[in-house]
Amino acid sequence: MSSWTLVLLASALAFATKFAGYLVPESWVDGPRRSRVLTLLPVALLSGLVAIQTFGGDGGSLHLDARLAAVAAAIVLLLLRANFLVVVIGAAAVAALLRSLGWG
Amino acid sequence: MTATGEHPAYAPIADDKRKAVLRQSLSVGIATGAYGISFGALGVASGLSILQTVALSALLFSGGSQFALVGIIGAGGTGSAALATSTLLGVRNGLYGLQTSRILHARGLRRWAAAQLTIDESTAVAVGQDDRRAGSLGFWVTGAAVYVFWNLMTLVGALVGNALGDPQRWGLDAAAAAAFTALLWPRLRSRDAAATMVFAVAIALITSPLLPVGVPVILTVLAAVVIGLSGGGRHEAATEDPELDHHEELGPDDAGEVAR
Repeated sequence: MSSWTLVLLASALAFATKFAGYLVPESWVDGPRRSRVLTLLPVALLSGLVAIQTFGGDGGSLHLDARLAAVAAAIVLLLLRANFLVVVIGAAAVAALLRSLGWG
Repeated sequence: MTATGEHPAYAPIADDKRKAVLRQSLSVGIATGAYGISFGALGVASGLSILQTVALSALLFSGGSQFALVGIIGAGGTGSAALATSTLLGVRNGLYGLQTSRILHARGLRRWAAAQLTIDESTAVAVGQDDRRAGSLGFWVTGAAVYVFWNLMTLVGALVGNALGDPQRWGLDAAAAAAFTALLWPRLRSRDAAATMVFAVAIALITSPLLPVGVPVILTVLAAVVIGLSGGGRHEAATEDPELDHHEELGPDDAGEVAR
């Protein structure tokens, strides 16, 4: 397929996927049990994403490197009740520092 | 209008809370947007034109899918492989929409805009807030900020190459994981949410080496379903009214859980 076909088709499929989430009838998502599942759904997906972002490498392999140290630093800062920006910048700084020292 | 007696979701947002939401939204927007420069450079290097690279950021607008798409064609993979992987990585956006649509109540054109802006970052800021108004504000501001910075930086990257150097050098990849962790952090007060997080992390890490990219994260849906259907519904009380946290330890639900 041509590059433009790929770009436009991928974009159309991405939008259709996003929009589908908004088209689910409210009657499907009513009730306390379904509501609980839906409330937890983004929590589950984002936790899985953070896990992959922290440990994941090429082809799904798992690695321990500067990313883990950075997320650990973020958790320590959160336990110390640091402000959101401090947590994010602190984590980035830990990763950048460790990498500049040649680790991870 | 007094806030007393109203459902917390419909009470006006206090100024300090609004500021905190805006600060989160803008910092997530800027940190994510900075990555756009790297995408722009990679897009052009993969053989796409500048216009095609910019079109992906404007139209597809989902970082994971975009990086996978240009990565596959840049490595000489087929268009259909690129399309399949990009779409698989986009499935989680559709799943986010199930919850963000309940937070936003968007209709008409706003619904189309909301769908396009439904990505990891806007969803994380939205579900990280403790009431619906703040969640909706966080979704729109984060979505708009990421959209603007991501597209602007894509264009810069496509035109001048990766001037920042490898974004990993600046720890930007870790910044994203840290931001999501910080946004989910307040939810840990709820036992259901905490259990879901632990279960989801385990699913993602165990299946990651075995399954195609994108699938492990989608499988974490199982964590939400299992905990959601078996839990006692403690998390909503915990997120909407922190005061309840102290009492729920003694709630009848917990007695039942111990008995189980």
